[in-house]
Amino acid sequence: MGVVNFEDLFEAKLAKNDIIEPKDWMPDNYRKHLIRQISQHAHSEIVGMLPEGNWITRAPSLRAKLVLLAKVQDEGGHGLYLYTAAESLGTSRDEMLDALLTGKAKYSSIFNYPTLTWADVGAVGWLVDGAAIMNQVMLQRTSYGPYARAMVRICKEESFHQRQGYELMTHLAFGTPAQKEMAQDALNRWWYPTLMMFGPPDIESPNSENALKWRIKRETNDELRQRFVNQTMPQIEYLGLVVPDKNLKWNEAKKGYDFSEPDWTEFKAVIKGNGPCNKERLASRNKSHSEGAWVREAAAAYAKKQNENYQAA
Amino acid sequence: MSNDSQGPLWEVFVQKKAGQPFVHCGNLHAYDKEMALQNARDLYTRRGEGMALWVVPSSAIVSSSPEDMGSFFEPSNDKIYRHPTFYQIPDGVGHM
Ligand SMILES: [Fe+2]
Ligand SMILES: [Fe+2]
Repeated sequence: MGVVNFEDLFEAKLAKNDIIEPKDWMPDNYRKHLIRQISQHAHSEIVGMLPEGNWITRAPSLRAKLVLLAKVQDEGGHGLYLYTAAESLGTSRDEMLDALLTGKAKYSSIFNYPTLTWADVGAVGWLVDGAAIMNQVMLQRTSYGPYARAMVRICKEESFHQRQGYELMTHLAFGTPAQKEMAQDALNRWWYPTLMMFGPPDIESPNSENALKWRIKRETNDELRQRFVNQTMPQIEYLGLVVPDKNLKWNEAKKGYDFSEPDWTEFKAVIKGNGPCNKERLASRNKSHSEGAWVREAAAAYAKKQNENYQAA
Repeated sequence: MSNDSQGPLWEVFVQKKAGQPFVHCGNLHAYDKEMALQNARDLYTRRGEGMALWVVPSSAIVSSSPEDMGSFFEPSNDKIYRHPTFYQIPDGVGHM
């Protein structure tokens, strides 16, 4: 081969299902798309700690508290795996955190909804983590190596998240009438926001085409959403709860459920910063970041001093 | 932003069981080696994933580059005599 055409090599790799690694040549737009997607994913994990973190001090038993602490800690870990995956593409941690804290960066719209009752902790683990898993299982085979490897690790950790949430829901759904009502209320409020997690319908999804072409995504938003509904329905029926959707019914021809689309105007409003909790989430992140500044400063000063002593010795 | 950083990047290697090789499992930010080791424990071994850890400053890693892959590894490509199957061993002498 005379002159190497990097673009052709890149395309050939994708066609063979080969994995792209940080030092490989890649088109600028592929890099940009990944930085945006991975950093948003990382922010979602970090902001995702807040709605559940809200219940740690009020968990109804020591067991529930330990479980919730472990889950929220995992989500922090997920954020860290993803931040370093994004850094391997040439962005920095500081840049990403700055974008999050100033409100420039986006994160999953779902975390801008409030966790009003203990049942919400169950609904979040069961539905929100369940939807995230569906997306993340696909992303284990994404074309960018560090992202794929982060996803493999994350998926291993996620299944406990969903199971603990469903277990909590079973306790409430088979508990007192008041508890069952609380479970139903949580399902009513989380159902549509969860369906939004898969992103806008395929016909109006601006980023999907490239993501599919580059094998960053391997299934469309609508395909994942459909699979989620199909998988979740038996779980809802087992609990004896009712989906807040009168149009939802089994469609024998497509071997799947027909269901109503979520309110996409609401979705856009939440993404734009006008959801019920956007301001609160951003304020909480900013507060803990600035309250932790002295720790980072002290650690940096200590490391610097140690380095100096080491060089002097 | 400015000088409020997360510390330098470290690469983390974990040994699953005694006797097995250390395998790269990811990276993290930390200010010094002690913190890097503790963060590695909290981040990468929350479920018994290993019993020993290495942390190495990422800046200390030297790596080959994908563009040179062909020529860099080329010297071994034509040396089939480095493989056991290159040699003919008569039948009847048992496994070798
Ligand atoms: Fe997560
Ligand atoms: Fe999770």
